[in-house]
Amino acid sequence: MADDSDVVICVRGLANSFGDQVVHEGLDIDVHRGEILGVVGGSGTGKSVLMRSIIGLQRPQAGSVEVFGEPMIDREEHEAKSVRRRWGVLFQGGALFSTLTVAENVEVPIREYYPGIDPVLLDEIASYKVLMSGLPEEAGPKFPSELSGGMRKRAGLARALALDPELLFLDEPTAGLDPIGAANFDMLIKGLKQTLGLTVFLITHDLDTLYAICDRVAVLADHKVIAVGTIPELLALDHDWIQDYFKGPRGRLAADVADRNAAGEVEAGE
Amino acid sequence: MSGADFTTDETEGGSVLRLSGDWTLAEASALGPRLAAIPGNVKTVDLSGVGHIDTIGAWLVHRLMRDTGAALTGANEDAGHLIEQVSAADRPLKIRPDHTPPFLRVLGEMGEATMQAGRTLLGLLGFFGAIMITSWHLIRHPRAIRFNAVVRQFETVGVTALAIIGLMSFLIGIVIGQQGAVQLRQFGAEVFTINLIGRITLRELGVLMTAIMVAGRSGSAFAAQLGSMKLAEEIDAMRTIGVSPMEALVMPRIIAAVAMMPLLGFYSSIVAMVGGGIFCWISLDIPPVTFVQRIREVVPITDMWVGLVKAPVFGLIIAMAGCFQGMQVEGNAEEVGLRTTASVVQAIFLVIVLDAFFAVFFTAIGWV
Repeated sequence: MADDSDVVICVRGLANSFGDQVVHEGLDIDVHRGEILGVVGGSGTGKSVLMRSIIGLQRPQAGSVEVFGEPMIDREEHEAKSVRRRWGVLFQGGALFSTLTVAENVEVPIREYYPGIDPVLLDEIASYKVLMSGLPEEAGPKFPSELSGGMRKRAGLARALALDPELLFLDEPTAGLDPIGAANFDMLIKGLKQTLGLTVFLITHDLDTLYAICDRVAVLADHKVIAVGTIPELLALDHDWIQDYFKGPRGRLAADVADRNAAGEVEAGE
Repeated sequence: MSGADFTTDETEGGSVLRLSGDWTLAEASALGPRLAAIPGNVKTVDLSGVGHIDTIGAWLVHRLMRDTGAALTGANEDAGHLIEQVSAADRPLKIRPDHTPPFLRVLGEMGEATMQAGRTLLGLLGFFGAIMITSWHLIRHPRAIRFNAVVRQFETVGVTALAIIGLMSFLIGIVIGQQGAVQLRQFGAEVFTINLIGRITLRELGVLMTAIMVAGRSGSAFAAQLGSMKLAEEIDAMRTIGVSPMEALVMPRIIAAVAMMPLLGFYSSIVAMVGGGIFCWISLDIPPVTFVQRIREVVPITDMWVGLVKAPVFGLIIAMAGCFQGMQVEGNAEEVGLRTTASVVQAIFLVIVLDAFFAVFFTAIGWV
């Protein structure tokens, strides 16, 4: 089977534009199995548009998108469904269904793809998914409007993980969270990735997240991916934006923290 | 991939459950009931035959072990880790809010609705007061009136409504003429169709239909605009800068609606009479000259005043309901939709209630 290969997402020659404004032009990107790929770029460089193109919410003007080795552009709805059940998407604001409780939100994808499932089992699955995503017990019967932004993101993550996906799309998961909540969220994603063997496509502005959990980072600028690699590899590149991004005051702080944490782990290991 | 399955081996002191295949979500619906039917004397669960396992499979194994107290063997590292993770998340969790009995729920909803109606009434009164205070301030300081905003609202409330209100009134005029003629023909009094058209459009229908149209077109737009501005914290930003939202947003809309309603109402009455006149010409063979002459004879000028006095009041009600509901928006985008609907319902309801009072009042002062 084609999807046994190492590359989970393969984008080639992607072009997107809105009116006169060109967002992507000849963009290539690969996401490998089992990695957390961070996507960074200035505001308006089309990070979210790239994600929407990959998951089929935005039809690109040109280029090809393959997920699990299957072409995704202009697919029939029922064909795309078989790929869709293998991924989960966390939108920026959580995008929970406002008329359903948190636990019912988690049940929606399972109900949709496995209508015959035993209702008791369904409720149990929803329960442990909600708890695994780090929400407290009392969050289950609450409606999205009763939750804080951070809880909504966790609930969105629980829903994204409902089908035990192999591939997870996260759009700025830590934006708007307090530093403690953001760090917990990072650790949650890292833990889930290790437990479930997830591949994660992560859009973020958060330097701490990049240092803490990303295996590789892709930099979007000038309508394409200008560089992909680990952070040390990127730092070695001579590109103004990358240098500014990682070596600016915030970048240096995040790097220091990451170094200290790494040192702490080594000491604790000894 | 192979289907998930299990076999039970009876041994001394309990049975051994040997699992095989892929224990994933796709298999769960078939496995659930079968696992539930297993007798409770399972001693060990053997995972060595399992291929792929996901959290749902791990959950099923965990549930089995929890219910039977069985031990786990043959699990590889991943499976062991997964089972550990799901068992850590095994705490009771409610899926839905508690269910209240229907009787109590109805009682509760009635109480809530009553409270809500009372609050809305109080809020509207307060808002009316705020409008009065702002108006008084603007009368004393006319330079604080935002003329650009007022003119812009004139355009959106008045000018752009001309086409739709004209078309609607024209058709209403024809309908009144046609229905009236059918009834009056029974008494051989077809000529009184002209009285009917002239008086009813000027006194009632012109202004009333216009009010309903303006409530649907502009009142709802006010609520939606102010509501989304409230959500985007634009109104809070205004306050912090020192701009009064009442002056900058609410008053231009109120002024526009109050000023435009009489004009639109008069225009609507005239167009309705034109429609009725054309109907009389074509269907009853009454030439336009006769029609106009009859209108002048049978319609007293007070009929026009009746319509024109009501119109600005209706305009005030519509703009007030729209702006009030818009300013009440809090929380999420859903609220904007609810408030917009509420503003239209409220405006039309209040307009019709006031119209009834006006009818009684004008009759009492002899404008019949």
